[in-house]
Amino acid sequence: MQPVLLIDIGSTYTKVLAADMAEPCILGTAAHTTVATDVAIGLEEALLALEAKTGPLSYTARLACSSAAGGLRMVAVGLAPSLTEQAARMACLGAGAKVVRSFAYQLTEEDMAEIAAILPDILLLTGGTDGGNDAVITHNAAMLATCNADFPILLAGNRNATARCRELLKGRTVITTENVMPRLEQLNVAPVQKQVRALFLERIVHAKGLGPVAKQMDGPLIPTPAAVLLATELLAKGTDSQSGFGDLLAIDLGGATTDVYSMARGDPAGGEVVLKGLPEPYAKRTVEGDMGMRYSVSGIVDAVGVPWLSTHSGRSPEQVTAQIAHLAAHPDMLPDTPADLALDQALASAAIMTATRRHAGTTEVVYTIQGPTIAQTGKDLTEVRRLIVTGGAIIHNSGAGQVAKYALFDPKTPQSLRPKTAEIYMDSRYILAAMGLLRQRDPDVALTLMKKELQTLWNCKTNA
Amino acid sequence: MADKKKLVLGVIGADVHAVGNKILNHAFELAGFDVTNLGVMVSQEEYIEAAQETAADAIIVSSLYGHGELDCRGLREKCDEAGLEGILLYVGGNIVVGKQPFCEVEQRFLHMGFDRAFPPGTTPETAISSLRQDLGITD
Repeated sequence: MQPVLLIDIGSTYTKVLAADMAEPCILGTAAHTTVATDVAIGLEEALLALEAKTGPLSYTARLACSSAAGGLRMVAVGLAPSLTEQAARMACLGAGAKVVRSFAYQLTEEDMAEIAAILPDILLLTGGTDGGNDAVITHNAAMLATCNADFPILLAGNRNATARCRELLKGRTVITTENVMPRLEQLNVAPVQKQVRALFLERIVHAKGLGPVAKQMDGPLIPTPAAVLLATELLAKGTDSQSGFGDLLAIDLGGATTDVYSMARGDPAGGEVVLKGLPEPYAKRTVEGDMGMRYSVSGIVDAVGVPWLSTHSGRSPEQVTAQIAHLAAHPDMLPDTPADLALDQALASAAIMTATRRHAGTTEVVYTIQGPTIAQTGKDLTEVRRLIVTGGAIIHNSGAGQVAKYALFDPKTPQSLRPKTAEIYMDSRYILAAMGLLRQRDPDVALTLMKKELQTLWNCKTNA
Repeated sequence: MADKKKLVLGVIGADVHAVGNKILNHAFELAGFDVTNLGVMVSQEEYIEAAQETAADAIIVSSLYGHGELDCRGLREKCDEAGLEGILLYVGGNIVVGKQPFCEVEQRFLHMGFDRAFPPGTTPETAISSLRQDLGITD
């Protein structure tokens, strides 16, 4: 036996998973709350719970990821909203960060006050293509130089303005890397993401009190969403010796947010399509901060409306309104009556439908002299054939398959390019983050375990 | 060559004529310009944001399907609002419907704030020599 310990330190729970690398299998999982306790104590308790199941293990390696203390909170600054601001946002999200706020054009005094109040873990400063506009990024650097709040600045804009920006920001921590958009509509997010990971490890882990835990690990501590991205990418692409799932879509429906990951190039499935907007990365992550089952339940209501939830839960609009107010006030409430379960089911369906619609690309029919032409923005996911769902409201839901189908293509909204049909899998023991960590040790074992562990909820080939 | 003049190029509106756009892109690059080509079906906002990010010296609008006049209306004002005051604006192609005397058409587009308007059949060389003149390029 060659056991490894994989740790996911969250803001509410610390989850631990023991896996055997010699004979690939999951030895056990456990979780312990970290709401009211120190991270180190929460971890110790979780390990005791795990050992109670597996017996004593002597680990050959320990790896961890974390979303504790608010996760990795970033502010993104760009120039034009649909170009460098959008590129900066995508770079942050793909690095596993939460984009607390993003700004376009010149920062104002009010913006500076807001940034100081947010006190981000990292601020990403971009703007201008290489050789392009340098006035806005230098203005913003000068504004940031006046800010007394302490946070590192990651500079990834017009390379011709880099020296000037560094000079303006003298005395602050500034890390310089390649432009997120060196040429117009050319996305270059990897260098930024590499620096974000390095900063996370060097500074943020310690600032969040995770230093002692990080020291005991045998690999770098990374943000949890970054670990999930690593896992889903491995699952899609496979390894040299093992094939993967191919293009896929993954959804993590949580209490406060819904995260959506797509692993697909997303090129137009049809022929005559004109692509619009910024190209999107193969590994794309979006976070819907207003789509959560409890803390942000009001966002779900805003998105679909009370009548939709009423129709899909079989409860009256008055009951829906009352119960939603109750859920927002009691985020730890678990549904126990059939009526509450039905509403949770409708809420989960609505959150998944909305989050995937926002993630997937869209088409618009434009009537031209030569007849109707299709303009596509974002990724076409209609040909994606695998869907993975996870999150508390999914795992503990007997109707999870029905809920997950709301991520698929809907003939009533054909402009939303979601998978036409897909095999749906559930990650019922929440192993994706752990498998992302394991990938760094042995991708083949991580892939084998994921293929073993993910349960088929619904198979389009056998169950139409 | 670090100080290449920068152009933003595209076909405006619901216009999918891609061939001329590719020829212009090629010709402008050969002539030593740094071209950001937005392709076909470009909105006014796309030209403007592209010109902002790249600090473009000129926006070159093509229109082949007759609705150019409608599509181009207000572009100069939007450029002014977006901090692109004084950016060179060119338009060319089959920019209006039907057979109208080009001198009248040209006047209408100049009045809209374009620096130059080119009739159907203009060669890339004509546009290039105008650009060199307007941008003060001397060899």
